[in-house]
Amino acid sequence: MQGEFIIKQISVFSENKPGRLAAIAEALEKSNVNIFAFSIAEANSFGVVRALVDKPDDARSVLEKLGFAVQFTDVIAVRMKDEPGGLHEVAQILGDAGINIEYAYAYSGREAAVLILRVSQAGEAILKIQAAGGSLLRESDLG
Amino acid sequence: MGYWDPRIEEMPKAELEKIQYRLLKTLVYRLYSFSDFYHARMKEAKVHPDDIKTLADIRLLPFMYKSDLRDNYPDKLFCAPQSDLVRYHVSSGTTGKPTVVGYTQKDLDLWTTSLARGLTSCGIGKGDVIQVSYGYGLFTGGLGLHYGAERIGATVLPTSVGNTERQIELMQDLKATAIACTPSYLIHIGEAAERMGVSIQKDTLLRSAIIGAEPWSETMRTRIYETMGVRAYDIYGTSEISGPMFSECSEQKGIHIWGDIAIPEIIDPKTGEPLPPGEHGELVMTVLQKEALPMIRYRIGDLTQILDEPCPCGRTHPRIQRISGRVDDMLIIRGINVFPSAVEHAILGIPELSGHFMIEVDRKGSLDDMLVRVEMAPEALSDKINDLINIKRKVEHTLKNALNVAVQVDLSEPGSLPRFEGKAKRVIDRRVF
Repeated sequence: MQGEFIIKQISVFSENKPGRLAAIAEALEKSNVNIFAFSIAEANSFGVVRALVDKPDDARSVLEKLGFAVQFTDVIAVRMKDEPGGLHEVAQILGDAGINIEYAYAYSGREAAVLILRVSQAGEAILKIQAAGGSLLRESDLG
Repeated sequence: MGYWDPRIEEMPKAELEKIQYRLLKTLVYRLYSFSDFYHARMKEAKVHPDDIKTLADIRLLPFMYKSDLRDNYPDKLFCAPQSDLVRYHVSSGTTGKPTVVGYTQKDLDLWTTSLARGLTSCGIGKGDVIQVSYGYGLFTGGLGLHYGAERIGATVLPTSVGNTERQIELMQDLKATAIACTPSYLIHIGEAAERMGVSIQKDTLLRSAIIGAEPWSETMRTRIYETMGVRAYDIYGTSEISGPMFSECSEQKGIHIWGDIAIPEIIDPKTGEPLPPGEHGELVMTVLQKEALPMIRYRIGDLTQILDEPCPCGRTHPRIQRISGRVDDMLIIRGINVFPSAVEHAILGIPELSGHFMIEVDRKGSLDDMLVRVEMAPEALSDKINDLINIKRKVEHTLKNALNVAVQVDLSEPGSLPRFEGKAKRVIDRRVF
C-alpha cells in the first residue's frame, strides 16, 4: 500500500570537476529522459548528483555505460501548496510526526510544489504523513 | 673550527683502517656466534668470520635489507635483551609493518658522540642555543639532535615541529643561534617570519642550520644563505643506523662518516658489486659498534658516492656526497619516509575502496603535500554525502596511522583511476628540490 508512494531517485557519484554535470545531462538528453527534480550535494572534491526522472531504468543504464557509478535510492515526494506557508505546512507535519530528514530538495512546477525527502524509514514516514493529512506523489505521477 | 675528539678525527688513515678492521672482525664473530639471523645469512653466503682477513673482505659478507627488518618484526633481529634496551624508535616500513629500532645505552652514546663531532665540526658548541625543530617522538630526528646538542654543552630549545609563529617568537626571545630541522621546514620558517615582519637575518641571531631527512640541493643552500643569512649543513642518517648521525663540517663539502662508527660502501644496485671510489651508486652501511640492532652491509637504498680525498678541514674520515636519489620508489614527505607499497597495503585493507590508487606529491608553499587518490568500490557508494565524507576520513585516518604522516585523500569514481599492465606508475612527484 505505501509502496506505491516510494519513488526511485537516481544517485550519481561524481568527482567535482568541470564537465561532469554536462556529461550526465547530455547522456540523459540523448536517451530522452526528462528530469523532474534535481540536486547536487558536494564535499570538496566529490559530490552526489540526485535526480528524479521519468525513466529511471533508462537513465541508470545510459549513465553506467558512460562509466558513472549510479544507485537507486528510495525517496518520498510530498505535495506543497505553491504559496507562502506551503513549505511550513509540510515541514510542520514532518516535525510533528517525528520524521528525521536525511536530505531534501524541492521543485515548484506548473501544478504544485513538491518536497522530495530522503528519510530512514520511508514506509513509516508515508503512514505518518498521510495520517497528518499530507499528500504524496506516486512514481506514476512522474511519467 | 674546533674538534670534539681531535685524536680520532685527525687519525691517519692507515691507523683508522686498523681500528675499522678490528671492529669489523669483532662484530662478525659476535654476530656469527650470537645472532641466528646473521649466522644463517653467513652460512648461506658460505662465509665464515675467519674469511675476513682484511678490511676489503667486508665485500664477502651478505647484505641486509629493509625487508629483513619487516620479516623479523618487531624485535627478532635484536641482539640485546629487552632489559638492556633504553629506548625504541619506530619508522614506517615498506608494507604496513613499521620498522622498530632498539637502543642500548652504548648505542645512544655512540649516536650522540657521532653528532657531537658533527655539530662541533660545523662550529657549534657551548654558548650556542640550538632550536631542535625536528619531530620529537618515534621519529629519530628530534631526540637524536637533542642529545647531540646537549652533549656539546649547547642550550637546547626543543620546539619540535609545527606551531611556526611560536617557533619564530622563541627563536627571537631565546636568541637561538642554530636550528636543526628539515630543509623544507627551514624555508617555511623563513617565509612565515617574513609574513610576521621578522627578518631572520636582522632580527634573530640564527646563523647555522643542520638540515636533513629529505632531499635538498646546492641551490637551496644558496637560497637559505641569501634570504636568511644562515649557513646550512647537510646531515645524514636513517633510523636503522640510529638516526640522523653524520654531518658536513664547516667546509660544506660532503658528509663525514666517522670510520670508527661506520663503514660506507658504494655498490652497483643491480649487481651488488662494490664500485671503486668516486663512482656513483647505492650506499651500503655497516655500523661497527651497534649492540641492540647490528647492521652489516645494510642497503639503505640511497644513491651517492664516496669522496675519498682528505677534507680541507683536516679530518681524515671518508665522506659521502649529498644523497642524489633513491634506488626504490620511497618518497620523503616532510622528512618522513613513505613507501608506496605501505600506502597500497593500507588501502587494500579498506573494504569501501577498489584498491586502485594514485599518489600525487607537490610543494604547497615550502611544505610537501601528498595527495592519495583512492577509488570507491561500487558497493560502498552512497547517495548520502556524510557516508562518503566518513569513508574519506577513514582512509585519511588509516593512512596517517600507517605512514606516520598526514596525507590528503580524494575519493574517485569507480573505474576512473589508471590501470597498469606490468609495472605500475602510481606516483606523480612534481616537487623541485
